[in-house]
Amino acid sequence: MKILVAVKRVVDYNVKVRVKADNSGVDLANVKMSMNPFCEIAVEEAVRLKEKGVATEVIAVSVGPVAAQEQLRTALALGADRAILVESADDLSSLAIAKLLKAVVDKEQPQLVILGKQAIDSDNNQTGQMLAALSGYGQGTFASAVEVSGESVKVTREIDGGLQTVDLKLPAIVTTDLRLNEPRYASLPNIMKAKKKPMENLKPEDLGVSVSSTVKTIKVEAPAARSAGIKVKSVDELVDKLKNEAKVI
Amino acid sequence: MTILVIAEHNNAELNAATLNTLAAAKAIGGDIDVLVAGEGCSAVADQVAKAEGVTKVLLADNAAYGHQLPENLALLIAEVGKSHSHILCAASTNGKNYAPRVAALLDVDQISEIIAVDSADTFKRPIYAGNAIATVQSSAAVKVITVRATGFDAVAAEGGSASVEAVSSAQDAGVSSFVGEELAKSDRPELAGAKIVISGGRGMQNGDNFKHLYSLADKLGAAVGASRAAVDAGFVPNDMQVGQTGKIVAPNLYIAVGISGAIQHLAGMKDSKVIVAINKDEEAPIFSVADYGLVADLFEAIPELESKV
Repeated sequence: MKILVAVKRVVDYNVKVRVKADNSGVDLANVKMSMNPFCEIAVEEAVRLKEKGVATEVIAVSVGPVAAQEQLRTALALGADRAILVESADDLSSLAIAKLLKAVVDKEQPQLVILGKQAIDSDNNQTGQMLAALSGYGQGTFASAVEVSGESVKVTREIDGGLQTVDLKLPAIVTTDLRLNEPRYASLPNIMKAKKKPMENLKPEDLGVSVSSTVKTIKVEAPAARSAGIKVKSVDELVDKLKNEAKVI
Repeated sequence: MTILVIAEHNNAELNAATLNTLAAAKAIGGDIDVLVAGEGCSAVADQVAKAEGVTKVLLADNAAYGHQLPENLALLIAEVGKSHSHILCAASTNGKNYAPRVAALLDVDQISEIIAVDSADTFKRPIYAGNAIATVQSSAAVKVITVRATGFDAVAAEGGSASVEAVSSAQDAGVSSFVGEELAKSDRPELAGAKIVISGGRGMQNGDNFKHLYSLADKLGAAVGASRAAVDAGFVPNDMQVGQTGKIVAPNLYIAVGISGAIQHLAGMKDSKVIVAINKDEEAPIFSVADYGLVADLFEAIPELESKV
């Protein structure tokens, strides 16, 4: 079966972002960009399913600027077979991205779509669920284990109280949690090979999708700064402060 | 303007996060309907009817909703919610699971994890793991929103007297089924919702030493977390990780033990009400955000702390 993996180009998780002075957003000029960590886990899972013989082809897709080709090349170096970039300069909403991915799903007809549970920039945690709704597919979100058998997939999910397992009819949508796997590193020969793998470029217009949004960002501010408190000298003083001053224990 | 709040529950008991979600609804203003969907969950409807500010409780009691499967639940919520101005869910794993699905069915964008209400259509939410706060405005006919519980003080659980109405709808998408669940057996609360969190970092030296934190946590009724350094070093599993790529917590009290305070870690806990740092390096960055810092060897300080609280 075919697996589609969606990856996003985001600011590297090690970067301390700064809000722009005009409060229009965060400053991404000259900042290191990488593949979203949850998407790396999604690529790894798809490649593992291929190595197990469950999947025959892994297609990586990204919606974003031309520079997102870098992240698609990374996915190819990690083991994806080919890549699709849906080019869009704008910062699209999760719903618009889900609609674009739905159009790619209609075109490619994968049996399984794996996404990260959230992107570490917008922190929305929406796209996978929206794609599932638009496709009418079942969704296994926050997955910590994925097991394909016949016409269905069993997904173990991380929920607030522990773990839950659901059974989804294929085709289905899975979003990854941190515990699902440990992503591999791309080796130099694989990075070289990835340069020769096919990459298709599409535009939202090619897919007939409108990317308008019902939500607009009015401003982006730095969070209230937290200032250093006091240093206590002993455990006794700490316990006293927590009990009588902060009243938290 | 009528707001629909989706109750979070386990079919027997209302989850406290619903009371925080009701507080967000109250801040928006207007009548508040609460949808209780589940199986054998009428006790939950009676509980929520008593909560402050609730106008009406809608009870959808059906086997299709028993395990909160989003494929079924989203169809119900979209059907009930399309005549409302807002649909609010707690930003729990359940709310995060079905809210985007509801929004997509209604063809509107969804707003995740609001921490403040500016007006009926304008909300504040953290982005970049809390390193920036975005103010967003929605022009959607139905505004689908998840609410970060730590951003709003809970409404009173008693005192209200809303009516309970049955909803007969039984939506079954037929694409998913519940297999089973394995709930954490520990008496310790779940990390994301805990009132007190104690986290260990590289300074714990090995996984075995986390037992000191567990016994202190048990005494305080706290959850135990870890920094990425502790997870990467193999001390503890990664579901305990607090930080940008782990869990975001905002407890009343966060005790960071042997954690230097790298930005990725701070991103996951800096909205905690009170932060305590215990570290032997007095230059550690964690002290720049800690309300109370103790420069000490954690292997002496933790047992002493345990004996004194």
